[in-house]
Amino acid sequence: MKEGAVLEMRGICKFFPGVRALENVDFTLREGEIHALMGENGAGKSTLIKVLTGVYPKDGGDVTLSGQPVHIKSPQDAQNKGIATVYQEITLCPNLTVAENMYIGRTKGPLTNWGKINRDAGKLLDELGIPVSATEQLGNCSIAIQQMVAIARAVDMDCKVLILDEPTSSLDEQEVQKLFTLMRDLKAKGVGIIFVTHFLEQVYEVCDRITVLRDGKLVGEYIIEDLPRVQLVSKMLGKDFDDMADIKSGSEAEKIDYNGTPVYQAINLTGTTGIKPFDFEIHKGEVNGFTGLLGSGRSESVRAIFGADRVVAGTVKINGEEVKIRKPLDAMKHGISYLPEDRKLDGIVGDLSVRDNIILALQVMKGFFKPFSKAEAEKLADEYIKLLSIKTASQDTPIKSLSGGNQQKVILARWLLANPQYLILDEPTRGIDVGTKVEIQKLVLKLAAEGKSVTFISSEIDEMIRTCSRLVVMRDGKVVGELKGDDLNQNKIMATIAGGES
Amino acid sequence: MSINSNALGSNKLKKRASLTDTNLLLIITIAVFVVMYICAVVFLKKGFTKPQMFFNILNENASLLVLSCGMTLVMITGGIDISVGQVTSLVCMACAVHLEKNGGNVFTSILIALGIGLAFGIVQGFLVAYLEFQPFIVTLAGLFFAKGMTTIVCSDRVAVTFEPFVKLCRTEITVPFMGSVNKKGIYIPAYVEVGVIVALVVVILLFCLLRWTKLGRNFYAVGGNNQSANMLGINVKLTKFLAHVLCGLCAGIGGYLFFLHACSGSPLHAQGAEMNAIASSIIGGTLLSGGVGNIIGTLFGVLSLSTIKNIVTSLGLEDAWWTNITVGVMLCIFLLVQSVILARKNNKKK
Repeated sequence: MKEGAVLEMRGICKFFPGVRALENVDFTLREGEIHALMGENGAGKSTLIKVLTGVYPKDGGDVTLSGQPVHIKSPQDAQNKGIATVYQEITLCPNLTVAENMYIGRTKGPLTNWGKINRDAGKLLDELGIPVSATEQLGNCSIAIQQMVAIARAVDMDCKVLILDEPTSSLDEQEVQKLFTLMRDLKAKGVGIIFVTHFLEQVYEVCDRITVLRDGKLVGEYIIEDLPRVQLVSKMLGKDFDDMADIKSGSEAEKIDYNGTPVYQAINLTGTTGIKPFDFEIHKGEVNGFTGLLGSGRSESVRAIFGADRVVAGTVKINGEEVKIRKPLDAMKHGISYLPEDRKLDGIVGDLSVRDNIILALQVMKGFFKPFSKAEAEKLADEYIKLLSIKTASQDTPIKSLSGGNQQKVILARWLLANPQYLILDEPTRGIDVGTKVEIQKLVLKLAAEGKSVTFISSEIDEMIRTCSRLVVMRDGKVVGELKGDDLNQNKIMATIAGGES
Repeated sequence: MSINSNALGSNKLKKRASLTDTNLLLIITIAVFVVMYICAVVFLKKGFTKPQMFFNILNENASLLVLSCGMTLVMITGGIDISVGQVTSLVCMACAVHLEKNGGNVFTSILIALGIGLAFGIVQGFLVAYLEFQPFIVTLAGLFFAKGMTTIVCSDRVAVTFEPFVKLCRTEITVPFMGSVNKKGIYIPAYVEVGVIVALVVVILLFCLLRWTKLGRNFYAVGGNNQSANMLGINVKLTKFLAHVLCGLCAGIGGYLFFLHACSGSPLHAQGAEMNAIASSIIGGTLLSGGVGNIIGTLFGVLSLSTIKNIVTSLGLEDAWWTNITVGVMLCIFLLVQSVILARKNNKKK
């Protein structure tokens, strides 16, 4: 056992069907420290925490709490053993009062003493400066208040380990500072705090130590002073900072006329999904990309461009003419197509055939009361199945029985069929095999060569460098840089993502 | 929305707590019942002016009241139990046969009633909570099973002649000061049956359970959001299981009260009682989606439902379909009012 360790996890493994969510992960939390758990989406942070709190049973490894080996069976068990948790999503009951949410499941005796919990809760809420009455029904409170109530509940437990899983995502600056003060107080009392967040600034503001996970494996544990931001980012993304062997994309980039009228131009575009207003333009034949860590706002930005989320302010010009894009149909009519990030949720209509899925967008634009004839639809579908070499038994096969890569191609076909002048592809290569990934990248470059404009988003920086001629870098909902030409290399990108001193 | 400064002199701004959904719906229910009853007294007169009319509603519906209370518990956890009507029927039949043909006594017949209810509650609760089957399907199976069992026990009506039991059935408990004077000037005291006392005791016990015990509060938490409840350290499976067990127990008690009122067993007893129980719970402000509900509300739900039926009957619309249509319409209006009020309240906060 390490000196002063309040919690030790050794060789933790967790498998889900077909996925190794955690593989041999070690984690040590010392008394009175704030320990950041970092990693990109799917790195296994949340899984590790859910194993620790007994939500998921572990498939291997040992957990030691204050030197005693423990087996945590359920969230209740974890709570009794002194592990308090604030989860990323709010895990309180909206139909109960604030006070009850703070004390339910952790009071002694079979009865609820209303007077006492209301008094205690009121006192605690006052202490923490949470502006809500203890007897208010939780569902009537704002999300930020609800999150603060969850935090109040956790800190009130006499805990040895406090887990905060992205507690700051719905809090404003002031509330975050309040939370940090609270965290430092608890730290001084010897509580070990695990802090999960994707805001790098916050990590460097409040944490003592960082553990980085990637793809379910441990990358390493570092003292905060030893790990500058840019190193942290490179560890999270799994790219060596000094790796200079980048393949620069072809020479097409030089041919783009950056002085001409942009195909699409947005000025001060403001959405409601937490991104700061931003300017953006794209030229004919250009492939650009949005990059940044998960949660940096790259998807939200393109969704705002397409009108998929509500846009509240800003000017949009298509080929120099001012237009209004309020909803996806407006964008489609102006020749913008969007391939969403989550194809299961936003993209495919699982039970419809491949053919119906391909002609869907075109049908929407034509209007539902003027259906395509069967022969027409078959001809179109056939053409694109060949063009993109979609592997399907027939046009009539339901799309849900296709592989992920082929589903992606069908959606791509759908948008190509609409013959857009500007195509937005949000993570088109996620979860598909390498061969198809390369095919899709080639297709993107081919489309650009034909004079279409493409915005391409990918979590893999390699892919972005290979396909894009210009990269917009985002951090914490803000555009923080634009890279092109020689700046388009891993080092520069990571430095920009990390920001601050590097 | 007004924001009042905290009376304790704190510098923080707090607004006064608004009503919880449960209390809001409870107030609506009570108001509707009171208005309806007053209207009946003022416009219909007939029996409604006499307190005995009210006590008769209780006498008729003691069984339904207990069934509805059990139903409310399960509905608060987000489940449903549609077997209670047939369980009632089975309890009546089993007790009747026990008393008439097997020479049992009153005490053992009560044990049988409670045993049957508990058995259904435990089995259904286990299937719903631990094997995570859909409560609707599980209790539908329970419904058919109970229906079949009733006919197996005896396929004909069994009237009970066992002396001590009949005496218990006929027992009338006088309610002081509530009697009325008939045309001949003779004072007729108001009375309730034994079952009403039992039912009211159940109501009070369950009200206390929901209000002041941890188990009761866990029912609400589980119904509000069962994943959150799990994360808050509540044993969700055990909570759901116990809700079904209690509902089963209520079905046993309610069954016995029905038996006590009818003084017989029959495969046709308590047909559709589960639907009345669900309707009463909903009128009483229990949400089918779980997490919101109140036993006092359910009491008024039962009273409202029966009052509607009585009003329809005293209007001379004797046919059963009139009652059903009225109840259907009332249920729709109630849901509409509830959802409008909840929606308005939720809009206000934004």
